[in-house]
Amino acid sequence: MARIMVFLPVVMKNLFSRPVTKRYPAEPIVYQERSRGHIEIEIEKCISCSICQLMCPSDAITVDKSDKTWAINRFDCVQCGSCTLKCPKKCLHLVPGYQMPEQEKKTEVCTHPADIQQTT
Amino acid sequence: MAENSVTNNIIEIDKAELLENTMRMKNKGLRLSQACAAYADGKFELSYSFSDDETYEYTTLRFIVGLCEPVASISEFYPYASFYENEMKELFGVNIEMIRFDYHDKLYRIKKETPLLPEEGRVLKKQEEREAGETNV
Amino acid sequence: MSKKSVIPFGPQHPVLPEPVHLDLVIEDEKVIQAIPNIGFVHRGLESLTETKDFNKLIWVVERTCGICSFGHGMGYAEAVEHVMNVDVTPRAKYLRSIWFEMSRVHSHLLWLGLMADAMGFESLFYQTWRIREKILDLMEAATGGRVIFSVNTIGGVLKDMGPDMIKAFLDGIAELYPQIHAIQKTFMDDYTVQTRMKGCGVLTREQAHALGCTGPTARASGIAKDIRECGYAAYSDLDFEPIVSKDGDCYARCDVRIKEIFQSFDLIRQAIGKLPEGELAAHVKGNPSGEYFMRVEQPRGEAIYYIKGSGKKFLDRMRIRTPTFANLAGLCEMLKNAELADVPMMIVTIDPCISCTER
Repeated sequence: MARIMVFLPVVMKNLFSRPVTKRYPAEPIVYQERSRGHIEIEIEKCISCSICQLMCPSDAITVDKSDKTWAINRFDCVQCGSCTLKCPKKCLHLVPGYQMPEQEKKTEVCTHPADIQQTT
Repeated sequence: MAENSVTNNIIEIDKAELLENTMRMKNKGLRLSQACAAYADGKFELSYSFSDDETYEYTTLRFIVGLCEPVASISEFYPYASFYENEMKELFGVNIEMIRFDYHDKLYRIKKETPLLPEEGRVLKKQEEREAGETNV
Repeated sequence: MSKKSVIPFGPQHPVLPEPVHLDLVIEDEKVIQAIPNIGFVHRGLESLTETKDFNKLIWVVERTCGICSFGHGMGYAEAVEHVMNVDVTPRAKYLRSIWFEMSRVHSHLLWLGLMADAMGFESLFYQTWRIREKILDLMEAATGGRVIFSVNTIGGVLKDMGPDMIKAFLDGIAELYPQIHAIQKTFMDDYTVQTRMKGCGVLTREQAHALGCTGPTARASGIAKDIRECGYAAYSDLDFEPIVSKDGDCYARCDVRIKEIFQSFDLIRQAIGKLPEGELAAHVKGNPSGEYFMRVEQPRGEAIYYIKGSGKKFLDRMRIRTPTFANLAGLCEMLKNAELADVPMMIVTIDPCISCTER
């Protein structure tokens, strides 16, 4: 049965209600608790076993045992979470907050604090 | 094991029986579900799968061909098989003849020839083509 | 005798969600023949079996397409589990079914919005996608991602849903019912929408069967077939019937998809009611050895996952056959004797997902 102006009630309701969109970036984003954004490491607990490097499907993590560094290329990371599952010391966490846009891809390096103390 | 109570079997046939078996499937009213190629040990393994829409039974015809051996097309019985056969021809280099709608390697238009064929397969294929050319002359 | 000309349609077109090229042979604004051409998003994902082992490959398979992402992950995981004879835990089966049905609702709502946009009805497009945002918020709360869920693994799932989250799901679904009913009234009863959709792109039952169409495209032409009846995941315990329509035109396909949204809500409610306790994932050891064809009912139709392994960490062959590849032949048949102005709508009516088709 064909009628006209069937959409009118929806339009009227939308006209007199508040906008659904949020005024980002004036209003800050509220992420959900389980939202997958980026990887953070507690570098003091890291033992440089390289299991996270083996598990990463996009080869974003590089672990150097001799220098005791842990490096991640944030733009290559696909936020799958496999590194967090297999880490034996549970020092990797997948936290909300997606990678901000930048002008070039770079690798972020974290160094073990024990190493820093030895050099001073 | 998941509760998949329908039959899902792979039947090995000879390359010469392909057209006859396809005609039988068409007679029973089965639908061609997919056709794919896989490279294994210097030969192509082709699988043509047919699905029964009433009982959800799934039958696959499997046969092995050499890298340069010609295979007859089933697109006379199932016109839409041309898509699958063009894809197999372009990505793997399977020598399928008499396809009803032949795209002549312009379905995907990829720069690299037969990209999904591994390097050793490509070398073997060139060798076989050269030998076939020598015996013909 | 009027002259025939060839019009290239796509890959860039305002109405197309994904790039596909059609060469339309027209005579006086009527299309006589359509020749499709794909390959604009071909990434060669199937060749990644050489460099990534079967555990890492699930993350690749999931990212084949944005809309059908959960279906791909689940189909691949089920295929490998069949080959390796892994018993998936009951709780994981039910959770997978619940999330798959949410993914189906999301996909159909996305399609409804695109259909409204193809007709030119932009306000309806916005309202439909506003409803879709609620579904995405629910899925982000449960799994962590809006479209790429990343919760499937070989042997089960990675995340659990507690009682609070389940209550949030049920409340969210109850809140969406009246909103989707309002949208349904516009799609089904409005005069302008009916004039555009009824009688367009008719596929009879024999044609749909002869061309190998699957999914809602075939069900709208009268073929009552739904791969969920085979009983994978938790579908053997859930009660449902495939939704069919007799007419086979664009209106019938729209009708089938809207009714499937309500059917999915019903299935989610049933599955939540029967959700068993237990482990999330079974322990998996060793490498796959053997081959299997797994069929899954994606929102667009029947998708096939073929896995072949020979005891090594790297699979020999992994193949995905997506439903759009099968429906392309139906599209070319539908376009014969169509008006040129109806072509964009007919392309959207088969729900093309070209990035899945080309992998």
